[in-house]
Amino acid sequence: MKFRGRAWRYGSDIDTDRIIPARYLNTSDPAELATHCMEDEDGEFAKKVKKGDIILAARNFGCGSSREHAPIAIKASGVSCVIAESFARIFFRNSFNMGLPIVESPEAHAASRDGDILEVDMNKGLIRNLTNKKTFSARPVPPFMQELLKSGGLLKSIQKKKRG
Amino acid sequence: MSSMTITEKILAKHAGKKYLEPGELINARVDIALGNDITAPIAIKGFESTGAKKVFNRNRVVLVPDHFTPNKDIKSAMQVKILRDFARKHRLSHYYEGGDVGVEHALLPELGVVVPGDLVIGADSHTCTYGGLGAFATGVGSTDLAAAMITGELWFKVPQSIKFIFHGKLRKWVTGKDLILHIIGEIGVDGALYKAMEFTGDTITGLTMESRLSMCNMAIEAGAKNGIIAPDSVTEQYVKTRAERKYKFYESDAGAKYSEIIDFDTSKIEPKVALPSLPDNTKNISEIGRISIDQSVIGSCTNGRIEDLAVAARILKGRKVAPYVRLIILPATPLIYKEALRRGYFKVFTDAGAIISPPTCGPCLGGHMGILAEGERAISTTNRNFVGRMGHPKSEVYLSNPAVAAASAVKGYIAHPDEVMKKKAA
Repeated sequence: MKFRGRAWRYGSDIDTDRIIPARYLNTSDPAELATHCMEDEDGEFAKKVKKGDIILAARNFGCGSSREHAPIAIKASGVSCVIAESFARIFFRNSFNMGLPIVESPEAHAASRDGDILEVDMNKGLIRNLTNKKTFSARPVPPFMQELLKSGGLLKSIQKKKRG
Repeated sequence: MSSMTITEKILAKHAGKKYLEPGELINARVDIALGNDITAPIAIKGFESTGAKKVFNRNRVVLVPDHFTPNKDIKSAMQVKILRDFARKHRLSHYYEGGDVGVEHALLPELGVVVPGDLVIGADSHTCTYGGLGAFATGVGSTDLAAAMITGELWFKVPQSIKFIFHGKLRKWVTGKDLILHIIGEIGVDGALYKAMEFTGDTITGLTMESRLSMCNMAIEAGAKNGIIAPDSVTEQYVKTRAERKYKFYESDAGAKYSEIIDFDTSKIEPKVALPSLPDNTKNISEIGRISIDQSVIGSCTNGRIEDLAVAARILKGRKVAPYVRLIILPATPLIYKEALRRGYFKVFTDAGAIISPPTCGPCLGGHMGILAEGERAISTTNRNFVGRMGHPKSEVYLSNPAVAAASAVKGYIAHPDEVMKKKAA
């Protein structure tokens, strides 16, 4: 899997209320959620984000509530992948379970600017900043999670097991 | 046999193993799988997408529509309808609505639906509350909930544990809420990321069940997978008349391994306030100066239990909420509501000028029943003070214990309870 897009750069501890405020959680429609994605952090994001763009955050991205609406809103907004120094654990689980590619990288955030063009090679575990020509390593995805991704998420893997 | 922590023991038992270590990936049996009106609709959709016909056990799948209820609008009503239809179709024995519903993490321990030794997963991040009973309980997402509803199992990575030891006596007005705010202030909102937080020491042994539950409730605010307190006589007293199933007490072995052990002198801890916009931005109440408020909220899965209402009543008795301040009190469950009524708290609260809400999560997440306008400021006994958490993105939330929230409502600014109580005595 390879992704290329503009980086939307944010800081540490971006909580799920900033990714998708609770006032919009009376729906679970992905398209509707996407129109409010990142609203309380960056009012411009939902209007300007393009298909394939990448969210680039510092530490503890997705902390707070367990709402799967957060990765759903991000995915439905067209974002191809989220890169962060670290992820909060429920957000991490949810992203794998519902199929939003996420990558941990200790260096990419500090060495990139908002608006840079990034390229992520999930298989090689590499992130390239095409704007400043720097390359960063991504933390390898644990084998168990890779299996989960390969089978198309948690529910698909359960279906497979049931049939098998 | 090598030593294990209480968290490792509960996970081992549910994975059918004699021993396990942090980092191990396991598939474990789930005792209770919980969802609410925000998370369950997505789980139910996932459940149905797999073609599953039955839940793994109709007595162990619990649905509690408590967030936007009583239904705040048509969309919320449609979400709850999905839960109700599912509960009816699968004949779930634990579905709570109308006059039966309470804030899920106050409701389930109170009704004995979750018991010590359980492995509980909930599509709600504050599921970690049940660690106060000596259960392993952790928040997950909707897809995880769907998987558990189908199979009765879920995958886990065994977490490392951090041991927090509290020695000494609690100061006046200091509760479990202040202890957990103190910890989060020390270690940060990702200070226990992916880890188990185990609370021990003579202070913890002396805590009421209410305080234990509110402490474990906020383990997630340090990024933890779970918070846990070893069950003891206080636990036994609480669960023996409530538990609807057999329960088991686990405790950590003397030689159990911890990634960190942190000691606190409880007698040095004063009431804490978490300033906007993260729960780790905590200060001693004596250090914050005069901060005016527009609203005070007493309730939630953190602090909406009878002990919390009792301390609020003590402070509000014979006093008035300050002009232009709204005080909203939310008894967390129907039983707490009735008990508060029986004890005469409703008269105290209404005489003081407070609003009494039906049990709901409502204002805690800026859902309904008390939303903040632009530029407004609230003190709240809830668990999160994120940007826009209780309303407008330019409103502010300060977190505290119920005594501080009640005293602040009276003064109109964030106040130490002694400020209010001393005045009357003088």
